[in-house]
Amino acid sequence: MILLAISLSLILEKVILIAVILGASLGIAMYSTWAERKVAAIMQDRRGPMRAGPFGLFQPLADGLKLFMKEEIIPAVSSKFLFVLGPSIAMLMACMTSAVIPWGPDIPKADGSVISLQVADINIGVLFIFGVVSLGVYGVMIGAWASNNKFSLMSGLRAASQAISYELAMGISLIALVMMTGSLSMREIVDQQHGFWANGYFTWNFFKQPLAFLIFIVCAFAELNRAPFDLAECESELIGGYHTEYSSMKLGFYLFSEYINMFISSVILSSLFFGGYNYPGMDIVAAHVSPLMVSLIGVMVLLGKAICFIIFFMFIRWTIPRFRYDQLMNLGWKSLIPLALFNMLATGGVILYFFNDK
Amino acid sequence: MTYNISKKAKEVDRHPMTFLERIYLPAIAKGLKITLGHMFIKRPTINYPEVKRPFSSTFRGLHVLNRDEEGRERCTACGLCALSCPAEAITMEAAERLPSESHLYREEKYAANYEINMLRCIFCGLCEEACPKDAIYLSQTFAPANYERKGFIYKKDDLLIPMTAEMESKKEKSTQH
Amino acid sequence: MEIHQVIFWILSLLTLSFAVGVIMSRSPINSVLFLILTFFSISAHYVMMNAQFLAIVNIIVYAGAIMVLFLFVIMLMNLNSDTEPQKNFLVQFAAVISGGALLLIFVAALKSSFTGLEGKDINLIESTDIGLIKNLGQKLFTDYVFPFEIASVLFLSAMIGAVVLGKKDKVLQAPK
Repeated sequence: MILLAISLSLILEKVILIAVILGASLGIAMYSTWAERKVAAIMQDRRGPMRAGPFGLFQPLADGLKLFMKEEIIPAVSSKFLFVLGPSIAMLMACMTSAVIPWGPDIPKADGSVISLQVADINIGVLFIFGVVSLGVYGVMIGAWASNNKFSLMSGLRAASQAISYELAMGISLIALVMMTGSLSMREIVDQQHGFWANGYFTWNFFKQPLAFLIFIVCAFAELNRAPFDLAECESELIGGYHTEYSSMKLGFYLFSEYINMFISSVILSSLFFGGYNYPGMDIVAAHVSPLMVSLIGVMVLLGKAICFIIFFMFIRWTIPRFRYDQLMNLGWKSLIPLALFNMLATGGVILYFFNDK
Repeated sequence: MTYNISKKAKEVDRHPMTFLERIYLPAIAKGLKITLGHMFIKRPTINYPEVKRPFSSTFRGLHVLNRDEEGRERCTACGLCALSCPAEAITMEAAERLPSESHLYREEKYAANYEINMLRCIFCGLCEEACPKDAIYLSQTFAPANYERKGFIYKKDDLLIPMTAEMESKKEKSTQH
Repeated sequence: MEIHQVIFWILSLLTLSFAVGVIMSRSPINSVLFLILTFFSISAHYVMMNAQFLAIVNIIVYAGAIMVLFLFVIMLMNLNSDTEPQKNFLVQFAAVISGGALLLIFVAALKSSFTGLEGKDINLIESTDIGLIKNLGQKLFTDYVFPFEIASVLFLSAMIGAVVLGKKDKVLQAPK
């Protein structure tokens, strides 16, 4: 039971870290809603929210307040408990993934020990993320079923089949990455991408596994239920999708969990493929400034990369029309999975013939 | 063979998709380029309450019942405006001027009631054209929103142009004589 | 009682009560949800045994994929209490007999696996590393490579079978 042999100060450290991470992800998710509307407006030659505060910056607060004030309607459902459970699971699963993400390099303390900017460095971090992602669909499914509404049910089924289909390609594309790094620990994967350039090649995984990145990001779109794969909340066919019957803050939870998921998956994408908290010239900073600055800049760099990805997600959403359902399934099963399998085999072959140390 | 009478119909290209089209990525890149381009286009939006767009000089808005230079109502209730109105938005009631009212109305006959239903009015300006006394004009404002239908039926008091100081002074002069 | 023992008993109690919930609840949806909870508590047991890989794979495969499909099917079937079929006495009797036989096999298997362990304490404090992914992989690809490959062939044949079944029969559909 190594798990329980931890000191009180460590617990305090972790609690503070968890609070900061949760607060930060909620805050970023909040402003993602603002950014989404702003990005959409800019792309459509509009102005977007601009009345609440300067540049409409208080818009998320106003929206949140509105959602809190609205009447909470629970339909005559098959199960009230499940109706409430749905959005709760969605929110919980959205927040849970952040536990294994390394948010920055270790901060050295005065007495020689370090403060780790990662809640839990478990040796199966990638699998943990994968597990939580695969559970995320329960929030949608349970809510959809408990709504007692045909359209909601259809949307829940769509979400489930979509999630299962794209999880496969996502997992196989990650296997190629894991074969290369030889570790499932997020911390180790990020540390292997130290700096930007080493031994005559880029260190970031994107430059080593571009195909895996492409597959992974397409699957991330599908897992997030975001356009062009937002079949589960396809207004033209399913009214509002799984949250048709939801109102007030429960609806807010569903909408909000999507944005938290988007932030978290942006962080995961940048950690797995774009070096996480690593940046060019971090050794120079470590040598000439201070290790503390390395950590601080590292956290900023990670957040910056994540924000770039969030904007990319929005960019895609307001550019590409929604897929048809059969197109979605064809893409998943007939293109992405064979492509991911090919990538896995090719990676294995290259590792076997060119990087075989034995 | 399809008929192409106007020679303008464009033949739809139905060739099987090439490899580049099938992998879909170039199309996505193209789309992203278009949306990216829109980021740098000047926004045509005008921030309405703060910034107002000027009406054109020929704009026809709310009606105004005019007064002459001494502040007397010009309208003689001849009914030509009501007759010319294609939307039948104008109703009026005529009355004969009493001798003591000659400082109020220019002619012997005047409009006791004058109503324009702004929900019917199409702001064509034919009333303005028809008026022989230059009594009705279309101004550069428009009817504000209202909660009731009643509020859109403009009475004479709503339509009459207010007296200016110049009119007041002239009126005083004329009554002194 | 040490803290890990407390956790173990609480977890066991939870696992068993969730498992009972699976068979006791009237609504099939609730049954599936209970089953998911059971898998979670089993995963917690794996974590107690320092087998994090097994724990997370259990969640990914069972809770994350198979149970989603279960839920999928049950939601589509639109079951409720009045569509429950009336079972006759013979079916119930056969079910009791076969269930009892299965229980007997389980008990016998459990008993045989315990022989030689009498008088020994089950040690939870001393962590084993077999559940960690590195050691597990090593074992699977050295000592147990034959059963592992046999299992993969089994899965492959199941996959091919599914594809064959799912494929439309073109000969039958062709117009005469």
